[in-house]
Amino acid sequence: MSNPTETESLPRQRFQERFPLLALVIERILLSLLLLVAVSMLIFGGVEALPGDFATTYLGQSATPQAVANIRAELGLDRPVVTRYFEWLAGAVQGDFGTSWASKNSVSEQVGNRLGNSLFLAGFAAVISVPLAVGLGMLSVHFRNRMPDKIINVISLAAISLPEFFIGYLLILYFAVNFGIATFPATVYEGMGFIERLKAIALPTATLVLVVLAHMMRMTRAAILSVMSSAYMETAELKGLSAFRAIVKHAAPNALAPIINVVALNLAYLVVGVVVVEVVFVYPGMGQYMVDAVTVRDMPVVQACGLIFAAVYIFLNMLADILAIIANPRLRHPR
Amino acid sequence: MRLREIPITAWVGILGIALACFCAAFAPLIAPYGETEVVGGVWQEADAQFFFGLDNLGRDILSRLIYGARTTLSVALAATVISFSLGILLSFIAAVSGGLIDTVFSRFNDLMMSIPTLIFALVVLAVLPQHLIVLILVMAVLDSTRVYRLGRAVALDVAVMEFVEAARLRGEGTTWIIFREILPNTLSPLLAEFGLRFAFSILFLSTLSFLGLGIQPPAADWGGMVKDNKDGIIFGISAALVPGTAIAALAICVNLVVDWLLKRTSSLKGGRGDA
Amino acid sequence: MPELLSVRNLKIEATSYPPGEPPKRITIVDGVSFDLQKGKVLGLIGESGAGKSTIGLSALAYGRGGAEITGGEVSLNGTNILALGKAGIRKVRGAQVCYVAQSAAAAFNPAHRLGDQVIEASVKHGLMSKDEARKRALYLFRVLGLPHPETFGDRFPHQVSGGQLQRAMTAMALCPNPELIVFDEPTTALDVTTQIDVLAAIKHAIEETDTAALYITHDLAVVAQISDDIMVLRYGKTVEYGSVQQIIEAPTQDYTRALVNVRQTARQEAPDQSQALLRVDNVSAQYSNGFKVLHGVSLHLCKGQTLAIVGESGSGKSTLARVITGLLPPSDGRITFEDKPLTPALKSRSRDELRRIQLIYQMADTAMNPRQTVRDIIGRPLTFYYGLRGAAKTARVKELLEQIEMSNGFIDRYPAELSGGQKQRVAIARALAAKPELILCDEPTSALDPLVAEGILKLLMKLQTESQLSYIFITHDIAIVRAIADSVAVMHRGRLVRFGPKSRALSPPFDDYTDLLLKSVPEMEIGWLERVLSTRRMASAGN
Repeated sequence: MSNPTETESLPRQRFQERFPLLALVIERILLSLLLLVAVSMLIFGGVEALPGDFATTYLGQSATPQAVANIRAELGLDRPVVTRYFEWLAGAVQGDFGTSWASKNSVSEQVGNRLGNSLFLAGFAAVISVPLAVGLGMLSVHFRNRMPDKIINVISLAAISLPEFFIGYLLILYFAVNFGIATFPATVYEGMGFIERLKAIALPTATLVLVVLAHMMRMTRAAILSVMSSAYMETAELKGLSAFRAIVKHAAPNALAPIINVVALNLAYLVVGVVVVEVVFVYPGMGQYMVDAVTVRDMPVVQACGLIFAAVYIFLNMLADILAIIANPRLRHPR
Repeated sequence: MRLREIPITAWVGILGIALACFCAAFAPLIAPYGETEVVGGVWQEADAQFFFGLDNLGRDILSRLIYGARTTLSVALAATVISFSLGILLSFIAAVSGGLIDTVFSRFNDLMMSIPTLIFALVVLAVLPQHLIVLILVMAVLDSTRVYRLGRAVALDVAVMEFVEAARLRGEGTTWIIFREILPNTLSPLLAEFGLRFAFSILFLSTLSFLGLGIQPPAADWGGMVKDNKDGIIFGISAALVPGTAIAALAICVNLVVDWLLKRTSSLKGGRGDA
Repeated sequence: MPELLSVRNLKIEATSYPPGEPPKRITIVDGVSFDLQKGKVLGLIGESGAGKSTIGLSALAYGRGGAEITGGEVSLNGTNILALGKAGIRKVRGAQVCYVAQSAAAAFNPAHRLGDQVIEASVKHGLMSKDEARKRALYLFRVLGLPHPETFGDRFPHQVSGGQLQRAMTAMALCPNPELIVFDEPTTALDVTTQIDVLAAIKHAIEETDTAALYITHDLAVVAQISDDIMVLRYGKTVEYGSVQQIIEAPTQDYTRALVNVRQTARQEAPDQSQALLRVDNVSAQYSNGFKVLHGVSLHLCKGQTLAIVGESGSGKSTLARVITGLLPPSDGRITFEDKPLTPALKSRSRDELRRIQLIYQMADTAMNPRQTVRDIIGRPLTFYYGLRGAAKTARVKELLEQIEMSNGFIDRYPAELSGGQKQRVAIARALAAKPELILCDEPTSALDPLVAEGILKLLMKLQTESQLSYIFITHDIAIVRAIADSVAVMHRGRLVRFGPKSRALSPPFDDYTDLLLKSVPEMEIGWLERVLSTRRMASAGN
């Protein structure tokens, strides 16, 4: 492919030609890092640029100008924005998000505990929902346009329309209050046994699974259907292969990449879904922490939580992209 | 289009939306009691007089539901209309202009989309004053990023078609190309997307209100009503589930109509291929 | 001798779902019968929609996209395969009968190596062991003339060229030693110079392995090279069925005769070619990524004449048209129109400059806004360039419709309601509406069936004499060049390799590429392929 008339190719180009896969993956990672920096600027700068003075909010409307000036000095708001941004970013990289305005506690300490709780909840929901969604998606394709597919379609359509809090309270009313077989609120504390912990998060997990399942299943179904309708599946059929072999050998390797993509995208969605579910179940996670902070306008906490949620979200999206790149035979086996 | 071709599921959706709109339009005429009027005891059971019972302050839930339709529908609709106009306008400009404008718009959109909508809304609402206009604008701007992405994809699909090139070769301006050549060919998927965004707006608004960041009391709105009555759940009082059901039902209705629109779009596409 | 394949009274139907109308039952194939003996080749020929692919697939008892075989019999070695049931038919497919698709690029699975896909059916049907199958694949790769046959099977589909993929697909079909192969337009998507190689390879391979074949194509000249018998189809019915000799040399039906005689006309070239209307001087062009697509092209076109630009895909012929229209401004060189320099970029051109050069596209389907009526499509340039509105505009649109030989009744139709030929006519009317001096025609007939294409060419010629139009006609088809051109430019890999009056450009001595191109164009003559191949062999022996 090299053109002799062109000038000597750069080292970067040579690297891309020899390891296209690696080059693309590295590019994706760098891009995500860049995105994360841009997001941090947006979260910090956006907050600065928007109207509304924290000091006034902090003290209430009746504050004297002197008190406002004092508090601004105390919180460091009188210094230039750029300086404060770099200090904040430097701190954030080292895991230090400053102190909460409301409680005067270290934000990092709170975040440390709660992030673990949130990831545990989301992870447990993912472990249940991913196989379930992929399985149902396949089932739906298998019975395409017949009764089971139509039923799954209508139910999933209804499910994506339900707000998380509605599902949550419905489950609480029936399983915790009426039948008394589940616990509410979903309290977890340090030193709690694993089984105990699972029991406590049974209802929030069920809510998250229901929320994310329908989306994931519908997307899986679409991904498999597009593979099934391709010309090489016709070739497989005209070779007289059994339906089983055609699916395992010819459809599966090509459907893998889109399904991985669907799963990763929905995991990212799960991370957000956690916010509302935590509020409903009074679960001590990041989401609840953030919502509480927003209500009292505790900016260091809001910024820290915003950045962490965005980072997890960007990371999962990056993972989806990278897996899709790796699963692409054109990139794995360059010309 | 013939009425008979509309499937039963879409009819259910259309009727549901019509009912909600009717309640919203004539709320003061249909509602048996006032929006904030206290008519009895806290969480009084449902009976012949109070169809859904009373809420955490002793207000009639049915009346608040009807008034709530007004707030929820109008705010969600306003946010969707703004987000849609903004997203479509910017995306079409990007698709038609290409080059630097497209790159700048699209990169910025990617940046906005790399923060989950709810998280972004929480950060922004933590700073901004609590006001209805602010709420609508925040919802609209955040949602327009999704509209932009779809709008750009759809417009690019059409913009690379040769009839658009033919119009350019004739010397037509950007306005003609956007409104006369591209828009008429993208109406069907865009209509479906509008429905989808509307359903999302209803859910998003309800979620924000539920978190206490949406519409402020004492105005009735469905998400807020869930928040007001949520403490009753532990005592087995299902008052919170009534507005929850209303939200779910409306969102389902919108989605049923969207589903039909989407299917119609794809069958139109299939029809064009074998012509 | 018993028949290998015997088709009796075949009827195939499908349900179509026209938008906004109730579903409709349509008959794709009706009452078709034929016989095929062991080792023979039957060519199925017809226009698009003639049902030829559907008939081919019925030999595998397969209906594509909702087509259902609803009547008749398809007997293979005396067994009606339509009555076999799912498991039974699976034993036939990929073992006794194999299929070669038009687009091998889509028909190969991108996730597996070519070799594994080639031997899959043979191994899975238990016809041979993996090693035996690999040996046979190697043998077939050699017979089909694939490069590096030993390692060819290790490659992935995206790693080889289109012509090679088509041959690999033929190897895949031949591997299980089938009795019958269905070739579904295997060379249609290829360039002519590639087509001849693939055609020769297929012919050699099926002779060598003594396999029978159904060869489906729309090109009578191609099928004449490879078949023993030919069946001409139209609208799902048999028009004529006979030996190659009879069909080519003594057709009995008008339709067949028209197909055989298509484009036998040749236009007398204009004697005076000195007065240039358009002059392209040393023009180069590159894409925004720096990839150079045109290298110093110089040519000219005289007023009222036709310049044909010939080349294969990637030759830069369409790019040259884009440069002239201003869509891709040249990176070097200049273009003059009526002795005045033409503004390079589209955006800076005046309305009058734009008006004088019009373009007609290959796909009339995508060149017209599906949401506009014929009135809007033809009327817009009238309003835009001449400010015509209302009754004056309608009158002029009707005039133009008359010029393109369509009735006034079409004025309120949408493009979707027109046939392929009618759409192209409307596109021509749209160009005419601007009263241009030059019309660039970018393969306007290559997507059309031969008889429809002929009508379009005649119309273009008539319009040229009526209004002193000049054409630049971009094509890959030498027959069209002979039929319409005054001067000819041959392009190859972004360079102009030959340019001059037709009589000079198309007569020897040739440069290598023009020679190859001219010799690759199939001629309506039995034994043409052998003749070309033997002269090639002699030439290579001479080297």
